[in-house]
Amino acid sequence: MEVYTIAEHSEGNLASVSFELLNLANSIKGDGKSNAIILGGDAGSIGESLTKNADKVWAVNDDAFDNFNPELYIDIIQKIVGENKPALILFGDTPFGKETAPCLAVKLNAPVQSDVIKVEVAEEVSVSKFLCQGKAMVDMALVKSDFYVLTVRESIFKDGLELNGEIEVVNLEPSIEPRRGFVKYIEPEAGEIDITKEDVVVTVGRGIGDASKMGMAEDLAAALSGVTAGTRPAIDNKWLSKDRQVGASGKTIIPKFYMALGVSGASQHVAGMKDSDLIIAINKDPDAPIFGVAEYYIVGDVNEIVPELTNQIQKAKG
Amino acid sequence: MNILVLVKHAIVSNIPIMIAAEGKGFKSQGMAWEMNDWDRYAIEEAINIKDQKGGEIVAISVGEDCERTLRTALAMGADRGIKVLFDSMDSQQIAAAINEAIKGEKVDLIMAGFQSQDLNNAQVGPVLAGMLDLPYATAVTSVKVNDDGVHITRELEGGFEEEDNLKLPCLLTVQTGINTPRYASFKGIKQAKKKEVKEVTFTPESSNLDIRKVYFPEMKKGTKIEGSPEEVSVKVIEVLKERGVL
Repeated sequence: MEVYTIAEHSEGNLASVSFELLNLANSIKGDGKSNAIILGGDAGSIGESLTKNADKVWAVNDDAFDNFNPELYIDIIQKIVGENKPALILFGDTPFGKETAPCLAVKLNAPVQSDVIKVEVAEEVSVSKFLCQGKAMVDMALVKSDFYVLTVRESIFKDGLELNGEIEVVNLEPSIEPRRGFVKYIEPEAGEIDITKEDVVVTVGRGIGDASKMGMAEDLAAALSGVTAGTRPAIDNKWLSKDRQVGASGKTIIPKFYMALGVSGASQHVAGMKDSDLIIAINKDPDAPIFGVAEYYIVGDVNEIVPELTNQIQKAKG
Repeated sequence: MNILVLVKHAIVSNIPIMIAAEGKGFKSQGMAWEMNDWDRYAIEEAINIKDQKGGEIVAISVGEDCERTLRTALAMGADRGIKVLFDSMDSQQIAAAINEAIKGEKVDLIMAGFQSQDLNNAQVGPVLAGMLDLPYATAVTSVKVNDDGVHITRELEGGFEEEDNLKLPCLLTVQTGINTPRYASFKGIKQAKKKEVKEVTFTPESSNLDIRKVYFPEMKKGTKIEGSPEEVSVKVIEVLKERGVL
């Protein structure tokens, strides 16, 4: 089957998910070809390195695409894919992919699934994905269709075939006037402390309960000469400032020691901490997905364990 | 400004969940369900916009058992509700159900949560935008309504955000943290009981997906540390010393 992947790039650099999508495409294309679509002002030059992993790269040089407007992408993808069916269209499960794929599927009258971690193409197209923040999984088959649209979880398909495909710069102009206009990017505000530079990070999640428990977490961090950080719910609840958020939409950290207090382990969060040297997690829920990434885990109440642990660390240090 | 808010009655996922005996979905009984966390922020944002611009907030929910979540939306401040008696794990069917149920409604702005806490698809919003051919934005972190459109910020990766302008009517899915959702007051809960909820049915076209199996993934857990808080602490400190953290 023909497989089209949608490349992402920023400031002239391709996002690694663009190559991961091609790795997946090459493993499922069968008699078809793996195609990469890259749009943007310098698409032709940025997209050159995609030929390493693609049979064909389609580049459209137009500044209009630089800010990943979903309406424009949907318009041009339809033009490139055209009547080349059946075809699978793969996006990364990124803010852009999540936003654009479901609406493209409507226009193509195609089934759509997001955040898939496995794709098989045989008699039918079947996919697997996590549910309930990683606690359950589902295997499903998609109805037979001309087109299929998927977003693919990042960091799964890291290896694949090396090809030496061709690149074609195509002259296509959007035939629509987008109703959404890009204004500007906003850079993250720097905080007092840069959690990416700390050796010890004590991270709190929704499971600690409320803001009154922050002192307990801070005491533990202080005893370990580390700092506190938080998951998205902890930041949303204003227990910590935004610059302390760990996860795909916050910061990616690789400390020597990562301690998780009441952190469930949603994939969004795990993406930002899974490479830490030592991970220890405490959670009341025996099925918390964080236990799958932790080297050591404790099923229990942080309120009982953390003060005692802090106390003993202080004594051990003398 | 008439605002339609999509709310979902969703599984509480941070406590043990149960898979139905036939392995094709979740048990409807015995688990906790609540208004999807992201949708609480959507309702709150709609109320904030209505406070400034006036108009009406209509909450819509799809699911045989969604009454409680719909009433929660009404208790928070939505004016009336639409309940679609239909269940599916196919987000394209859910969007189709909403699309049909809102025929005849005059809507300026549609708001939804960025994703659901149980299926984590983040699809119903953008699919509905496609069906209605509306401009849209996802993972929205702030909204300002102007005379002819909305000015928004939306979340990207690594702490970055982008600013966009959208023409009205449009659809926005909101990220958590966009505001602080209110809890329904006693008065709100009392009033919600009297608010209008229209019940509609939906007959779908065939589903785009065939669920083969829902199951618990094999999780390779790390080493379990057990014991009293004192014992657990002793073991943790041993590990920290061994690894040079202490």
